[in-house]
Amino acid sequence: MDADVIVVGGAVVGAALAYGCAKQGQEVIVLDGHDQDMRAARANFGLVWVQGKGSNAPAYHQLSRQSADLWPGFLRELTETIGMQVDYSRPGGMIYCLSEAEYETREALNKRTHNYVPRNDTRMVDRRELERMMPAVGFGPEVVGASYCEADGHVNPLQLLAALQRGIVAAGGKMLFRNTVESIEPGPRGFTVKAALGTYAAPRVVVAAGLATPALTDPIGFKIPLRSERGQLLVTERLQPFLPYPGSGLRQTADGTVMIGATKEDATDRGVTVASATTLALRATRIIPALASAQLVRQWSGFRVMPPDGCPIYAESAAHPGLFAAACHSGVTLAAVHAAIVAPAMLEGRLSTDLAAFSNGRFDVQKCA
Amino acid sequence: MFKSVREQLGKRSDMIVLVNGVETPAWDGETVASVLLRVPGAGRRSPVSGTPRLPYCQMGVCFECLAIVDGIASTQGCLVPVRPGMRIESQRGPREISR
Repeated sequence: MDADVIVVGGAVVGAALAYGCAKQGQEVIVLDGHDQDMRAARANFGLVWVQGKGSNAPAYHQLSRQSADLWPGFLRELTETIGMQVDYSRPGGMIYCLSEAEYETREALNKRTHNYVPRNDTRMVDRRELERMMPAVGFGPEVVGASYCEADGHVNPLQLLAALQRGIVAAGGKMLFRNTVESIEPGPRGFTVKAALGTYAAPRVVVAAGLATPALTDPIGFKIPLRSERGQLLVTERLQPFLPYPGSGLRQTADGTVMIGATKEDATDRGVTVASATTLALRATRIIPALASAQLVRQWSGFRVMPPDGCPIYAESAAHPGLFAAACHSGVTLAAVHAAIVAPAMLEGRLSTDLAAFSNGRFDVQKCA
Repeated sequence: MFKSVREQLGKRSDMIVLVNGVETPAWDGETVASVLLRVPGAGRRSPVSGTPRLPYCQMGVCFECLAIVDGIASTQGCLVPVRPGMRIESQRGPREISR
């Protein structure tokens, strides 16, 4: 055996799980793909977000909330070990409403969510309160108010990814880059993982390869249904700090740049379009008209990893125990629970009890006539 | 500091521009960046490191000549020809978004 656990995929989901396993004293090898491979982690907007998450899926909402609460301690421990700065803050977050109708819809959604959360930390703020909270911002005439959630925050997702990868190494694990996995073969005493640079064996394998997951798990009868959704983002030049709260689709980073996102598209190529840039810029300038004077410096696209119901999948193969998969849209928000809750649950065989709502078995329910 | 090759004793400049409020001679066809190279202390400060910078590439790629030109911040000085009376101000950090 080469390790206790092999993690397939070294981006934000795989790296958080590998970091969690390594901290449990496991010998971990992470097999990562090529530098140019698609990575949601590298296109990410950078929210550590609670409000609106899983508004129709209580277990997902609660997991997001639990992760957001674990985040400060998780990041402190990670960055102390490796001595690296990761820009993170948790001032609470805004979802802006540009009409009475948007305001009412959001208010209704918050009320629905309140029914199943232990702590009511999301409230509607009207325009007057919004202006009091953000004195340096001139809001557009259409801004009616916002939904404000104290649990929300934001992070630099690129620094997070780099920190997790270093954290794995600091905890005794191995990161093997440019080592794309080709197949996983179950054997009597564990698994053989064939990759570009070698063959590796371990009693446990965790597949966290984003949209490439089904291609690795389906051939051995472990079905992980996923769909890809393209999102485009914009970023401005660095500006003097003026926006103290991150927002859904609009946040000022610690560097001063303003990120504007993100579209939801069916496209499968990694291109960008003028139409989407226009949609994004229009909405941002309806919220803050002065943004029209800022230079846009970059536009890019990324692909969301979407399970059919939008909720994370944490699963162990029934036919091949020890083979796991993790796939979700919210790898940044959920990084703290991935390290502290999901990884230990995989190691200790508690996925089916502690995280039953996230099994892939939920997709196998027979269709009603 | 640099000196314009067009500058000749006893000959007037083509125009006057204002650099940080100071009347500065300039010539037809030159750029904001070339004026900035002649005025001591008129460079910018990097919004990343805070270090002082001067125009460098003169062809629109390095962004070291960003300045506030007629009130518009983050203007690439090397891509903008001077005009009489133009107001050029040094940009000392990231652009400010006005309310």
